[in-house]
Amino acid sequence: MRYSEIMVRYGELSTKGKNRKDFIKQLGKNVRAVLSEYPEVGVKAQRDRLHVTLNGADDKPVMDDLQRVFGIENFSPSVQVEKDIESIKDTALTMVQEQFKPGMTFKIQTKRQDKNFEYHTDQINNILGDHILENVEGITVDVKHPDIEIRVEIRMNGVFLSSETIKGAGGLPVGTGGRATMMLSGGIDSPVASYMGMKRGVKIDMIHFYSPPYTSVQALSKAKQLTSVLAKYSGGIQFIAVPFTEVQETIKEKVPEGYLMTIQRRMMLRIAAEITKSRHCKGIFNGEALGQVASQTLESMMAINDVTELPILRPLISMDKTDIIEIAKKIGTYDLSIMPFEDCCTIFTPPSPKTRPDLEKTRKFEQYIDVEGLMKRSIEGIKITDIKPNEDYMNADADIFAELL
Amino acid sequence: MIYFDNSATTQALPEVVDTYDKVSKSIWGNPSSLHNFGEKAFNLLEQSRKQIADLLHVNADEIYFTSGGTEGDNWVLKGTAIEKREYGKHLITTSVEHPAIHNSMEQLKQLGFDVTYLSVDDEGRIDPEELKQAIRPDTTLVSVMAVNNEIGTIQPLKEVADILRDHPKIHFHVDAVQGIGKGIQDLIMNDRVDFVTFSGHKFHAPRGTGFIYAKRGRRIAPLMNGGGQEKNQRSGTENVPAIAAMAKALRLLLDKESKANQMEREIKQLISDHIQKFDKIVPFSKNTDGFAPHILCFAITGVRGETIVHAFEEHGIYISTTSACSSKKHLASSTLTAMNVPENVSTSAVRISLGDQNTVAEAHEFISVFDELYKEFDKLS
Repeated sequence: MRYSEIMVRYGELSTKGKNRKDFIKQLGKNVRAVLSEYPEVGVKAQRDRLHVTLNGADDKPVMDDLQRVFGIENFSPSVQVEKDIESIKDTALTMVQEQFKPGMTFKIQTKRQDKNFEYHTDQINNILGDHILENVEGITVDVKHPDIEIRVEIRMNGVFLSSETIKGAGGLPVGTGGRATMMLSGGIDSPVASYMGMKRGVKIDMIHFYSPPYTSVQALSKAKQLTSVLAKYSGGIQFIAVPFTEVQETIKEKVPEGYLMTIQRRMMLRIAAEITKSRHCKGIFNGEALGQVASQTLESMMAINDVTELPILRPLISMDKTDIIEIAKKIGTYDLSIMPFEDCCTIFTPPSPKTRPDLEKTRKFEQYIDVEGLMKRSIEGIKITDIKPNEDYMNADADIFAELL
Repeated sequence: MIYFDNSATTQALPEVVDTYDKVSKSIWGNPSSLHNFGEKAFNLLEQSRKQIADLLHVNADEIYFTSGGTEGDNWVLKGTAIEKREYGKHLITTSVEHPAIHNSMEQLKQLGFDVTYLSVDDEGRIDPEELKQAIRPDTTLVSVMAVNNEIGTIQPLKEVADILRDHPKIHFHVDAVQGIGKGIQDLIMNDRVDFVTFSGHKFHAPRGTGFIYAKRGRRIAPLMNGGGQEKNQRSGTENVPAIAAMAKALRLLLDKESKANQMEREIKQLISDHIQKFDKIVPFSKNTDGFAPHILCFAITGVRGETIVHAFEEHGIYISTTSACSSKKHLASSTLTAMNVPENVSTSAVRISLGDQNTVAEAHEFISVFDELYKEFDKLS
């Protein structure tokens, strides 16, 4: 069956009261951005629903893309037919036949906006119901819990039939929840935390620390590639690469081994907080889950969190690793995350970092390094890249290879 | 020379060999190496995988490289049998499969698995109704080939898929070695299929290459254990030059698919229309949509298949007895036997299998040689 339009139902709109307009406007914008590669497709965001007119575009990739847009509860592809009862009967029957298996029940639900249409709602329900009962052997009607539901809408501009309902990504449209930064390492957790932040409507800027030559070019490319995968859910993302070599080398030289990790993390958070404020972002996301590693105990969090008053948002805080991995696989970041490149967090790790760092000692040891100077030089060296969905950062030779293939 | 034996193997195309050559000389790092020279080979490997996946409209992580069709078939069958042995030990296939399937099934039988072979009609096609009856609660796999390698029958994969939709846990495998590039991609890559086997050398790629499609979420046990390549599913250092060459060969194949199929159909029609006029000819392949465009199988009664093959070879025309794999063993064709063709007819069967390089002129040449040889054969009996 060739679909002509997709009717999109909003999620969580009821709870958003006066923000309804912003929600709809932002969702319309996000859907348009995601579907911009199909110039023929039209998007109309209305008060109660959003309509995607395909105008001949292939419905499959469009629906694939829609499934990644936050703020969509579900959507139904529909077929536009002529405004005459015979065409409606034919299409309704085909829709049922495509799904029917022995023992199934069905229901017709008609909505009539065009009051000039020759039949009223109950008549249409009856005509179509009879037609299907006559032509599909063994089917019965069940209005409460039908296996197949055919929805018919008689609108001013045509008649639309739909049956399938496809689940959307849920959440809130990216952009309605303000803007925050994310500390993206390249591991499994931080991309998942980014995804969850976006899902609540937050527009995210990525902050990634790198330490050449201890970390490789591939590790930086991998973080960019992860960002490109996440951009499929939110549209373009700004990627801020922060050089961290000097900070790490200095800490390694000056600070007692047990506090290396804690103080490194404090420096990261300080720098991230500076960047966050300068960009007028309102919080910092990270991928911490309580108790997962030494830096993610409550004591460590307190000792690290000490350097800023900005909200630190930890969407994964109480999740198990297996659940995080499941989401990572679902959103397409897992395979990238497990590529074996050293990142900033895995180099210079002492054999036994303090799992319960003492805040006073931490502050004391930190006085051995020039916090202000290190921060300043690091921030001066940041590089910002605009990353779009479906870009390729891992394969510098893609074009040369394309010639070979 | 006229090469009408493309189902046995195909010539690796010069531009495909060129890719093999360039990659062997300049991108020969091990994709698993950490350094950027290995990284480069890794990237080429993954780009090849992506290209193949795109051509088949599937995800790159659903493609696993193998050494060819035989490995793919062995892997899916034994891998399913091992993986799902706790859930059941009943496997279903057809009686006209390639030996890679048949003999794997026979081996599994010896190991305690129960195998059902579906019968075929006089066109070599299974009856979906028989499949429906054969499915049991302990069935874990249904394996049906796309195109029969001996006579070219296209199996009713859509009907099989429809039946298996009611049995979502059964692995549905399609051996598409003879089916790729023959205008039935939608039928093969249907939305129910879980595993599909492909072989590179049947579409102008180098020998020793192939891949399987494995749907996301479907698991089979690996047969090759080792260094963990192919996501731990098929260990062994990847043959990057051959894989890149295969990705290119597949692109070229599908680029010219519809044109090539049209030509193959025309040649097949021309030859079959001509030979059917002769008394001793028993045709097996038809010119309907139920048959692949490139395979024409027929018998010349009273003459042994190998005699026919050698007679044509004297004139520089290469055809085969029913399949290259069994042709040297003097066995009657297993497909024809399954179709209840008497042995004295099936041992007289030969197969013409066409490729995109064949021409109508070659068909005319074949016909004139055929006429000449037929007179000789006529004297024999």
